Amino acid sequence: MDYAASFYFTGAEIALSLAGLVLLLVVAWTGERTARAVTIAAVAALFGAAFWAGHLLLDQSFALGADAFGGLYRMDGFANFAKLLIYLATIAVLIVTPRFFDARGQYRGEYPILMLFNAVGMSMMVSAVDLMTLYIGLELSSLSSYVLASFLRNDMRSSEAGLKYFILGALASGIILYGMSLVYGFAGSTQYERIRLVFAEDFPTGALFGVVFVLAGLAFKIAAVPFHMWTPDVYEGAPTPVTAFFASAPKVAAVAMLMRMALDPFGSQSDAWQQIVIFAALASIVVGALGAIGQNNLKRVLAYSSINNVGFILIGLATATPAGASATLVYLAIYVPMTIGSFTALLMLRAPTGEPLETFDDIRGLSTRRPVLALCVLVLMFSLAGIPPLFGFWGKFVVFQAAVQADLVALAAIGIAASVIGAFYYLKFIKVMFFDEPEGQLETSSPVSHWAVLVISAVLMSPLGYLLTPMLGDVADQAAGSLFFAI
Amino acid sequence: MIQTIAFYLFAVLMIASAVMVVTARNPVHSVLWLILAFFNAAGLMVLVGAEFIAMLLVIVYVGAVAVLFLFVVMMLDIDFAELRAGFIRNAPLGLVIALILLAELVLGIGAYRAGTIDLGIATGENAVVLGASNTASIGAVLYSDYLFLFEAAGLILLVAMVGAIVLTHRPPKTVRGHQNIGKQVRRDPNAATVMKRPTVGEGVEL
Repeated sequence: MDYAASFYFTGAEIALSLAGLVLLLVVAWTGERTARAVTIAAVAALFGAAFWAGHLLLDQSFALGADAFGGLYRMDGFANFAKLLIYLATIAVLIVTPRFFDARGQYRGEYPILMLFNAVGMSMMVSAVDLMTLYIGLELSSLSSYVLASFLRNDMRSSEAGLKYFILGALASGIILYGMSLVYGFAGSTQYERIRLVFAEDFPTGALFGVVFVLAGLAFKIAAVPFHMWTPDVYEGAPTPVTAFFASAPKVAAVAMLMRMALDPFGSQSDAWQQIVIFAALASIVVGALGAIGQNNLKRVLAYSSINNVGFILIGLATATPAGASATLVYLAIYVPMTIGSFTALLMLRAPTGEPLETFDDIRGLSTRRPVLALCVLVLMFSLAGIPPLFGFWGKFVVFQAAVQADLVALAAIGIAASVIGAFYYLKFIKVMFFDEPEGQLETSSPVSHWAVLVISAVLMSPLGYLLTPMLGDVADQAAGSLFFAI
Repeated sequence: MIQTIAFYLFAVLMIASAVMVVTARNPVHSVLWLILAFFNAAGLMVLVGAEFIAMLLVIVYVGAVAVLFLFVVMMLDIDFAELRAGFIRNAPLGLVIALILLAELVLGIGAYRAGTIDLGIATGENAVVLGASNTASIGAVLYSDYLFLFEAAGLILLVAMVGAIVLTHRPPKTVRGHQNIGKQVRRDPNAATVMKRPTVGEGVEL
């Protein structure tokens, strides 16, 4: 085994782990005083890792990817694309985090450190080409997520969210592990490559059970219907920056992991999982669209919106074609800034006393009091609804195009119908902000960091985002191609 | 010969201590008997050539699990005499379970008499090296082929530890009996006290 090459390919993970360990020592000695400095250092480390992933992504000599550590880990365009998204999303969340916790005097240096280890786990998930790597990455990411969800330990809802997430997450991990044990038993190996070779010749019913269990557990992790029940509660209870994180980076990691899993080891048996993915996609779109209608809490609405979006993401996977995989990646790249922008706008809504505001009643008449903020939310909501001049439309368009090309016309038609239903609650934001009478008090200014994240995501979602389509399309095609090259 | 004697010694001691675990009236004694049972089980594992499992039994079960039991037993204020009060009432259920276990044992011995299950000799590239001890075999792959996963598993344990501390550790708010002598010496009496001469019928403004 070539250790030098292996360490080179896993450079981002190693650097992030080392940064996490060093910062942990800093926090242990200096306590809460340095929490902000540690956050800045963590952001710098993540920028370094993002740069590394981007460098490997654009280096044409690695276009076909390479294995590290004897086939436990794979560095290819697909993994680097997902990692770039994950790191950038984590950076954005870290930038808007400290102010939220400072208002309660609860910000601690462990928060950015847990984020760093979470990022390491997520990178392992997207690079895993062995069931063991996948599981260890998943647990590293999940464990730190449970702690982050209950980070406001004096707040009952936050503790409840953490506990709920922990118990259901542990159950899902158990289901995945059971499925993996069946797959290992029937394939005789945990390596994706070997599993694919064995299953291409012979696919016994027991192995099918294994695949179904693994997919069910992964569906829980990405919050796809029918395993979505935890999402609204956890998203509502968790501190808002943590919710923004859950809706972005771990979702990218879990979707990427699911894609590699479905297309690589089980790629020869796409008939076996395609029906499951199609069902999960349709159910997520419909439940996500209908569930949000009666909600008054904005975090719950955005939780249902994320369930809805997972449905669209799964449509791309359901096609099991390179075009579909590429469309999924494009959708993910558009979804991440869209959702982070929405949550940042939510973080900027505070009462003059610093209390977070998070219901529809609180944003009444926002346009008269904070016109720029209202305008940014307008762009983001229209984009989430998929209304044409905005960039969110492009994501939905490529996904549906891939579905129609793969002869899944019915799937695309139902998806489009449900996205019209979903538009209802996105438009409700606009109606409440622009046409209702203002009431209550609002904080009148927000820090530059929040504005920066919000404006960048709003500009990306505005029609200006279309300037990126050629580049985004090329990179996504190449990334999806590297996923299929192995087959 | 020596193996046979050792086997009977370990087996008898293990069964005897297992009996003592359930009959000892003092729960602390039960846990101590349990530790003895684990030790003997480890001895049996050594006899069959699974020395790595024997080490795990001692390190994990004796070192961690049993000590944890001991802590729980000593910290919880449970009236164990009361727990035993239902012994006669629950005896039929216990008998049924015992019978099932007995049947399993008889079946197991019967199967063993009829010839043990043929596990065969492992082949293929993942098979163990014949003649190498299983500790050395596990160590050889754990720190080379699976180095990446081994280190990542270490990170998981670290995150679990950090998480537990973040969620439960509260810094002491008031330190009782703490005296800052330097501050006391530096104290300026003129700045700390104010002389006021209040007149009758009027309040004092400080």
